Amino acid sequence: MPQIPINTQQITKSKQLAKEIADQVQLFINDHASVSVERSVLRLYGVDGIDHNDTPLPNRLVEILQQQGDLNGGISRPFASAMLKSGLNAQQTAEQVEQGQLKLDNIANFSSIELDNREQALALEAIKVMDRSNARKHAKIAKNPLPPQPWRYLIVATGNIYEDCTQAESAAYSGADMIAVIRSTAQSLIDYVPYGPTTEGFGGTYATQANFRIMRDTLDKASIEQGRHIRLVNYASGLCMAEIAACAAFEDLDVLLNDSMYGILFRDINMQRTFIDQHFSRLICARAKILINTGEDNYLTTADAVDNAHTVTASQLINEAMAKNAGLTDDLLGLGHAFEINPEIENAFLYELAHAELARALFPDAPLKYMPPTKYKSTDIFYSHCMDTLFNMASVMTHQGIHLTGILTEALHTPLMQDRYKSISSVNYVFNAARGLGDELEYKQNGFIVKRAQQVLDEAEALLERTKLDGLMQTIEQGAFGDIKRPMEGGKGLEGVFEKGVNYTNPVMDLLEGRS
Amino acid sequence: MKEPIKPYGDTLNDGMVQLSFTLPVENGPRAMKAAEVYVSQLNFNKISVVHAQKISDGFTYFMVYAEANPSIDYSTIEATEMEFEHMDFYTINALIKETLNRPLRVVGGTIGNDAHTVGIDAIMNMKGYNQDYGLERYPEIDADNLGSQIPCQEMVEYAVRHHADAILVSQTVTQKDSHILHLTELIDLLDKQGLRDQYLLLAGGAKISHELAIKLGYDAGFGPGTLPSQVASLLITKIIERAA
Ligand code: B12
Repeated sequence: MPQIPINTQQITKSKQLAKEIADQVQLFINDHASVSVERSVLRLYGVDGIDHNDTPLPNRLVEILQQQGDLNGGISRPFASAMLKSGLNAQQTAEQVEQGQLKLDNIANFSSIELDNREQALALEAIKVMDRSNARKHAKIAKNPLPPQPWRYLIVATGNIYEDCTQAESAAYSGADMIAVIRSTAQSLIDYVPYGPTTEGFGGTYATQANFRIMRDTLDKASIEQGRHIRLVNYASGLCMAEIAACAAFEDLDVLLNDSMYGILFRDINMQRTFIDQHFSRLICARAKILINTGEDNYLTTADAVDNAHTVTASQLINEAMAKNAGLTDDLLGLGHAFEINPEIENAFLYELAHAELARALFPDAPLKYMPPTKYKSTDIFYSHCMDTLFNMASVMTHQGIHLTGILTEALHTPLMQDRYKSISSVNYVFNAARGLGDELEYKQNGFIVKRAQQVLDEAEALLERTKLDGLMQTIEQGAFGDIKRPMEGGKGLEGVFEKGVNYTNPVMDLLEGRS
Repeated sequence: MKEPIKPYGDTLNDGMVQLSFTLPVENGPRAMKAAEVYVSQLNFNKISVVHAQKISDGFTYFMVYAEANPSIDYSTIEATEMEFEHMDFYTINALIKETLNRPLRVVGGTIGNDAHTVGIDAIMNMKGYNQDYGLERYPEIDADNLGSQIPCQEMVEYAVRHHADAILVSQTVTQKDSHILHLTELIDLLDKQGLRDQYLLLAGGAKISHELAIKLGYDAGFGPGTLPSQVASLLITKIIERAA
């Protein structure tokens, strides 16, 4: 299907470079864990709920272990031991530990075989959580199939999960294939997952497991009414990447924004922390068949979209390699890119087509995530609507996977019900009218578009060469992506990182990585 | 002299207005009538509901054209406008040198939990905005851009430590009035520490108007499309005013 002629050797070489970069980072990841990885293990073991201060129990237990100075062995074994002692289930055991009735430091009371077996049993249950979710999604898709690509992705962001459901029903009625519940401002910076249904958020709605369930129920109903499976999307990037993935696996989410580069660059999250979290998060996604979306599109809001197009390409290649290291398959890779070129540039649309075709050619089997114009959206909503129409054309012509529907009021506010309706109606019109256009066209050899795509790939390859030499973390420190510099020791969350001790156990990770 | 005005369509004083909105009712003749009646209560005449579309169970979207009744007297309208001469890069640098005989010190950033930096970067960073150099490029300005999500306290401490002349704050997210919350927090903090009058305080962002900034206690506010040279012009103009 690739419409643009690209040297396959150059593709192979770029992918090889990206793999070497990802493997370097992986060496660091393998030796480390984080508080949030440990909390995810507890969640997958069945620990949920909050204490009297609204602190989630997974946080409390990991804090207790940390205060004892025992964190570097991981939470799994001490918790398994506490369960053996209590004879209760995971939740009840956690409650007893939280109330101080049970300690997390009595590993010595049991033989290592007893502990191994208990941990193994818990880990197998954890895997079942992911497998069951996958099976449920399969069953739903068998009844109400997935629509053709590009999938129409719409956001809701009222701050109130119940109001979000009303907005989502309307979007589904007008044609949405995916509903993303935007998170409340700065949730990515809080080091716990809030609990229960929520009705007050800023610029979005808190991602909680209960909110996931409420929206899933709404979309399940809408899927039946519309006869197509409507996917639920949320956001994992931030300080709780792996925990959100765990919650998503419990509640059958289909898609997670899952990109540590986004967290580092746009939320100032410490890079060491988030690379570690991302790996466990993506392992969970791979098993539960949660499609991931990456955030390269954002680079073009802080850096020029023409000058820095190659940073998107390079980052997509690195993200692909890191995803493969976590077992994600091509069909689960919603690699991000965007239509963000200044509309005043002559032939802006040709540049956009070149970039979109390049992404398509590099990742032929991935459902690419294509972001609409945002930065140059005007407060003239009619003009903005025209920009989106052109974007819709680019998307359907170049066979994109996930079409983030541009909204005419992007420069004003999070969408109103009617804004969303207007935007989807333009998508429906263009997708229908030009469905087969891309299959009819070939680009002129040595024409503007082909040359531009080649130039971006050359620049991306050079950036990968440099990144391989310097290391990914150092390259980020130098500001190569999004024109943003982040120091290795800076940002939020570094205090939650620890080196794995010789006694460290995480049997869930072992199973997900195929080690036991 | 009175200057009565009304919206213009294709004939002076025809009052022509275009509206669109959603009502939480199922589409049908009653829904269309409801839209018409609603618009009539907004004081419109000759209402035509030109389009009605179901957009969800129990929700209908309308487009309406109507003629507005009221006219207003334009001669009585006043707005808070900034008064300063928009100067160029060289003039501004020369003026700073002449007035202060030392660099003008500016600290800026996005306060609270707002992560949007593109606006403040456009004003402060070398590159600037729309072919207009940013403040860092001015030889006579020492500009420190602290970035985003800066706690107000940190911003103030930085300004004190670096003997800043001006504090530039950016706010983009306005949901639940979070911009007002953060902008007020900074003013309160400065007030409490008796520092309010030490600095020129500028606010900016897509939804910040000069009027709003003044109301909140800032010296000026800048909205969409602001150029760095406008900001620099205002800064030096105010400094000269204060010195006088
Ligand atoms: C880019 C962008 C982002 C990027 C920001 C990257 C970065 N490092 O800045 C990312 C992806 C991170 C982002 C995140 C979010 N965003 Co955003 N984002 C935008 C977007 C697309 C463009 C903004 C922009 O860069 N404009 C270009 C600059 C140059 O314009 P400007 O900011 O107006 O600046 C000019 C003037 O205002 C002025 N100015 C600005 N500041 C200052 C300061 C001073 C002192 C002076 C003198 C002048 C001045 O000068 C500048 C040059 O002329 C807008 C949509 C849009 N088109 O406006 C949404 C938008 C601003 N985002 C929005 C939201 C809701 C969010 C999130 C809260 C979403 C979420 N729930 O996670 C998060 C915010 C998280 C947080 N903690 O803040 C909403 C805000 C709605 C509202 N009014 O409250 C918008 C309008 C989108 C929408 N329709 O929903 N966003």
